[in-house]
Amino acid sequence: MNALELKTKFAGYVFDEISVTVKAESLVGYAKACGETQPRFTDPSHPDFQALPNYPTRFHGTRGLPEDFPIDMVRCFDAGKSIQIHAPVRAGDVIEGRSEIADIYEKTGRSGKMLFIVHRMNFYNQRGVHLATVDWRLVQREFD
Amino acid sequence: MAESTDKRFEEVEFGEDLPEIHPDISLENVKLFARSARMQAARFIDHEAARKAGLPGAIVPGIMSQGILVALIHRWAPNAQILDVDTIFRAPLIVDTKPIASGVVTDIDNETKVIEIDLVLRNEKGETPVVGTARISL
Repeated sequence: MNALELKTKFAGYVFDEISVTVKAESLVGYAKACGETQPRFTDPSHPDFQALPNYPTRFHGTRGLPEDFPIDMVRCFDAGKSIQIHAPVRAGDVIEGRSEIADIYEKTGRSGKMLFIVHRMNFYNQRGVHLATVDWRLVQREFD
Repeated sequence: MAESTDKRFEEVEFGEDLPEIHPDISLENVKLFARSARMQAARFIDHEAARKAGLPGAIVPGIMSQGILVALIHRWAPNAQILDVDTIFRAPLIVDTKPIASGVVTDIDNETKVIEIDLVLRNEKGETPVVGTARISL
């Protein structure tokens, strides 16, 4: 199956959902370990206390790829992550994450053909507010 | 309310360098990150286990590198609202090394008031295992 066939079959539908409660302790540790110094990210008593903007990238679904996807996750490596921030994540939020395959494409480099799989997670809080969109680029080398 | 250290859009110059920072990627600090992010895989928090897996040593989680670059932006502009961040993980960043995080303003859109910043984490060899781009507003 080539990239276009994979995309046609697997992209564009939600294949996994998670729900996670955000704890202040996690937000503080995450921010401080990254070297953040602004109190709105490190001090739970700050009136605008919130997660470091890239915090939603830490959430993973229960599976990385849809069921029956013909490539094993262990054959892929993490080529990068992007996040679009729509609204702040707050302590106490109950976050719902929904996974889908956003794109599948091929590139040919010095080491041969590579398959790129874009795993997208959209995150919403308990009021349905769209918080973030995270794209995780997985790559499989020597794809044929 | 604006604080005295807040940066104003009008103050930002094309090509402006963000002050470099020397992030703490000691094993102890990476363990704090791993606990907080619930990413306690051995390759992040155990040098020996990482070497057994074929890595040069424990590696910094990619999203911690991304968080370090976010913190770099906030050191430069505490009031920055980060709209998006895209990072590419070109090679592992090894725990207990001494990288430098830096950034440069590469675009200023006077209509939308959006500023684009190129971001880099450079290791001790001068290599750039993590590069990225962020768009912010002030």
